[in-house]
Amino acid sequence: MSLSVPDLNLRIIAPVLIVAISALVVLLGELVTSSAQKRGLGYASLVGLLAAGGAAMGLWDAHAVAFREMVRADNFGVFLTLTILAGAVLCILLSFDFTRAHRIETGEYYALILFSVTGMLLMVTAADLIIIFLALELLSLPLYILAAFKREDERSLEAGLKYFLLGAFSSAFFLYGIALVYGATGTTNLARIAASAPSEMLLIGAGLLLVGFAFKVALVPFHWWTPDVYEGAPTTITAFMSVAVKAAAFGAFLRAFLVALPALAMDWRVVLAIIAVLTMTLGNVAALLQANIKRMLAYSSIAHAGYILIALVAMGGAGVSAALFYLLAYTLTNLGAFGAVIALGEGERERLNVSDYGGLARMQPLLAAMLTVFMLSLAGFPPFAGFVGKFLIFGAAVQNGWAWLAVVGVLNSLVSVYFYLRPVVAMYMSEPVEGWGAPRVAPLVALALVLALIGVIALGVFPAPAIALAAGGLGR
Amino acid sequence: MTNYLWLVPALPLAGTIINAIFSRKMPRWLVSIIGVGSVGLSFLVVLTQFIALLDSDEPHRVINVSLYTWIPVSDFKIDVAFLLDPLSAIMLLVVTGVGFLIHVYSVGYMAEDENYGRFFTYLNLFVFSMLILVLGNNYLLMYVGWELVGLCSYLLISFWFHKPAAAAAGKKAFVTTRVGDFGFGLGVLLIFATFGTLNFDQVFHAAPQMFAVGAPVMTIITLLLFAGAVGKSAQLPLYVWLPDAMEGPTPVSALIHAATMVTAGVYMVARSHELFALAPLSSEIVAWTGALTAIFAATIALVQMDLKRVLAYSTISQLGYMFVGVGVAAYGAGIFHLMTHAFFKALLFLAAGSVMHAMGGVIDMRRLGGLRGIMRWTYLTFFAAALAIAGVPLFSGFFSKDEILAAAFGSGHIVLWAIGLLTAGLTAFYVFRAFFLTFHGAPRWETEHATRPTGHASQDAQHAAVHPHESPAVMTVPLAILAVLAALGGFVGMPSVMGHNWIAEFFHPVFGAHEAHLPPLTEWLLMGASVAAGLVGIATAYWFYLARPEIPVRLAARWSGIYDLLWHKYWVDEIYSALLVEPGRRLAMWLWQSVDVGTVDGFANGLGRTVAGASRVLRGWQTGYARAYALMMLIGTVIVIGWLMLR
Amino acid sequence: MLTVNHLIFLSAILFSIGAVGVLVRRNPLIMFMSIELMLNAVNLAFVAFARYLQNLDGQVFVFLILTVAAAEVAVGLAIIVALFRQRETIDVDEASILKG
Repeated sequence: MSLSVPDLNLRIIAPVLIVAISALVVLLGELVTSSAQKRGLGYASLVGLLAAGGAAMGLWDAHAVAFREMVRADNFGVFLTLTILAGAVLCILLSFDFTRAHRIETGEYYALILFSVTGMLLMVTAADLIIIFLALELLSLPLYILAAFKREDERSLEAGLKYFLLGAFSSAFFLYGIALVYGATGTTNLARIAASAPSEMLLIGAGLLLVGFAFKVALVPFHWWTPDVYEGAPTTITAFMSVAVKAAAFGAFLRAFLVALPALAMDWRVVLAIIAVLTMTLGNVAALLQANIKRMLAYSSIAHAGYILIALVAMGGAGVSAALFYLLAYTLTNLGAFGAVIALGEGERERLNVSDYGGLARMQPLLAAMLTVFMLSLAGFPPFAGFVGKFLIFGAAVQNGWAWLAVVGVLNSLVSVYFYLRPVVAMYMSEPVEGWGAPRVAPLVALALVLALIGVIALGVFPAPAIALAAGGLGR
Repeated sequence: MTNYLWLVPALPLAGTIINAIFSRKMPRWLVSIIGVGSVGLSFLVVLTQFIALLDSDEPHRVINVSLYTWIPVSDFKIDVAFLLDPLSAIMLLVVTGVGFLIHVYSVGYMAEDENYGRFFTYLNLFVFSMLILVLGNNYLLMYVGWELVGLCSYLLISFWFHKPAAAAAGKKAFVTTRVGDFGFGLGVLLIFATFGTLNFDQVFHAAPQMFAVGAPVMTIITLLLFAGAVGKSAQLPLYVWLPDAMEGPTPVSALIHAATMVTAGVYMVARSHELFALAPLSSEIVAWTGALTAIFAATIALVQMDLKRVLAYSTISQLGYMFVGVGVAAYGAGIFHLMTHAFFKALLFLAAGSVMHAMGGVIDMRRLGGLRGIMRWTYLTFFAAALAIAGVPLFSGFFSKDEILAAAFGSGHIVLWAIGLLTAGLTAFYVFRAFFLTFHGAPRWETEHATRPTGHASQDAQHAAVHPHESPAVMTVPLAILAVLAALGGFVGMPSVMGHNWIAEFFHPVFGAHEAHLPPLTEWLLMGASVAAGLVGIATAYWFYLARPEIPVRLAARWSGIYDLLWHKYWVDEIYSALLVEPGRRLAMWLWQSVDVGTVDGFANGLGRTVAGASRVLRGWQTGYARAYALMMLIGTVIVIGWLMLR
Repeated sequence: MLTVNHLIFLSAILFSIGAVGVLVRRNPLIMFMSIELMLNAVNLAFVAFARYLQNLDGQVFVFLILTVAAAEVAVGLAIIVALFRQRETIDVDEASILKG
């Protein structure tokens, strides 16, 4: 028996490492900066994220595995890495003035975001269930803290507690699933699981993995935490969670089920199809009467998870690329929508009620127009990113014989228009409400909004390059 | 030449963007120049394209201009590509030409409005969207335009959102048309599933090869597409939004809810004629829906007192004619009527708007009358449009309506033809009733205005006193141009017995050259019948409202005890409903009240309540207790595992 | 003879006890201990499988899971302490402002 030196190909995990190191740097920086200098830590985080993005681009077409096949660099992972990084960059741009206004401007805030991003990037690179689990925890633990980051705010604390308890609860199921898969196949490596014979125990393991992923991406009936946590958490964190966690968890979800468990597809496809129907329907219907815009966007994010799940059910190259494109489109759109909500805040007060948006079109015409575009894109209205994403997903479903699922999806997106347009109607068709001044938009927030807007329009009008990048990148 | 085709939609889009961003900082004249000029330039570009099309031989009259690849899907791609052929060319001329005139008119009509810039922003956005709908060479691009025009329609109906009626009407339009859009969206998905592509040329090429006539898939696809048309073009049973849409500014009613957007359904069916050719059942349904809508809406128009609502029901009715045309495979005739209708109906609306403008917002015909001498241009142009819609020989509506009726007759749909003929008579009656009540007789506005409070919320009559006056030239010149078109526009499509049907020949590259011709004698007889129906309608209206005005008064007194309070208010209605045969009156009233107001609205509201109730229930499940959530997650886990084990 | 089946059965029972504990207790500390019990049930399963499969991977995973559990404890306690400072109670059922 000979010892082999593990293949320590650090280049493969360079983006993960860069973000992790930036997190440590920012954490240390917290010790040596005065409260007036915390902003610099935010800029440092941006630099780290951008550097990680550069490193990730270098991995395009690398098609390599490393660390005993525990991580894999394929275009699927790189695409999601860049999506997550884009989300994180926009989130940090939105955070500068928000954290100051809400008196949570600390180095830990940025460091925790970076740690969470580290977990996310690892998650979409992981090719082994244990790495996926570790990444999941690395992703989640900072978010539990961030959700409760406004320590004087009961709602924020409650959000953190609920997220933590339910998250740990679901992690246990996920972990038990890994144990059963390991017991059934003798391995946790995705490719090797696929090579082993299916068994009852593997099926139960797959079911428990499904529960774990379903919790993270907020699928019915594992979505309960979402509205409460999204409402209570600081808005920037809600924005970050709603997009980046979804991208990371769906990345691992797709990889685990499409790479490791295609042999059981006959079984899990039906379950996921039913879950997709429930998720879309519950998300959209429950969002209809929400007056709180954060809660509305929380239910909307549940519905969007349902749409993306259709792509997983559809499987195949079309399904994967549709899911990736949708995740990118959703990241930009939803961050834009939350960004507008953040931009409209006044100090610690936020415009959380739909009626608070009255008359904004007159006071802030550009911001109102932007929020309109984001809402229309979320609703899947042409010619914005969300429309193309939905077309790809429904098209993939139809092509792969799941037309009825696409029909439910179309019906749901039809319903969704009503609640997405409510703030728009308020902005354009009602009078300004008392007690709110004309909002002033901070330059960095404006930058984030403009970037998101450009992305949403470009992905809607010229989606071809992004679709090409999203196609066919899942390595086995 | 077709290199410039992209400019056609690009110019209004540029107008939208400029006005959206800068209109608050720009003087009004600049807003007008950008808003009107962009559409005007677009029209000029369309003209050059049209001339280029005329210059080319018949086989070269179908031109695809691809701008770039939009969405690549596995082994094919959907382009942002425009299709220029005789069908889209005629539509482009209507949209930009009539659109331009309505934009000019709006400069005068909206001059006092504080949201002038916003209005032109929306209006240009609408023109852009409509051009995308018309120009797209695939179903997805058409769907984009389809959704965008719906959005613009919503924005413009509720333009005066401080009026609750306007806000509600916009919502109603949006809700109702989206029911149809759902069908259209599914149809597009089904086309994609069936053919693996959405490009018109590929779909139309593949369809006859893959399917025999009457194949169920083709029937389902065409019916789903038609569902979209029913919503967008306000046919039974989804027409309810269009009358309410009259709450929008009148130029909007003219442009969107008469001339262009509502005809999108007709255009879509005509564009998909190769699919409908494979689905005779669907075509039959299209024709029958059209015919029933035509007569149904025409009967309702008889009892309306609001001038714009008369025109709205008339639009629904005329759209029904167009569907009869495309339903009996007379696609050229349907589009021809679409064109002439755009001329005369836009004109009717604009003239009505001119009256409203002069009367300080009054549109109730009981408070109009005698405007003939005061508003000379409005009067004359309205008269021209009324003659056209009534089908008086040599006016545009005569030729196009006659062609549809002849096609229905020639294809063996005698009942459809009879319904169409009856509707023609009703049409002539209600339009001349409106004409006489508005412009002839004694003025009712001096005496009544002081005593009667404002009727509906729809009338924004803020002025204390009415000083009728002719509208400014910026409004009357478009009226005059449209009047010329409404009068003479029909000569491009004369029936074969009278001359040369140029437009039918122009459409050959799209719809094919095989048009059945009736024997000349039959054709003359049919023509005579429709002319007679129109003249009888006009004569009856004349007799009721001008020649013997004392009859209505006497009859009103005699019947006063019979009709309920509601009907005492509408005294003019009582006269003619008393003179109409009793079952006819019952039918008209029943259709208007129970079907229109009761059933359809009730259904829509009930659906809304159900969904809202479900929403409330779902919110109740979200108890806020973490342990309850954990329990439900555990139950969910058990169900998932159980399902996986047991199946 | 103790077979792998017995061990997995035990681990399933422990896991279920833990899950029920989360559902029935209102003190987040106890709930959290129940979750720890679930994780340790998983550890037992891993060790049992590793022995059965003659494969050391499972034993290694236990160390990873223990580490993660320790990190979870730290974060969880921090949140619970912060909540207690704010509210003077840690009853989970009282943390239910966010709902609907």
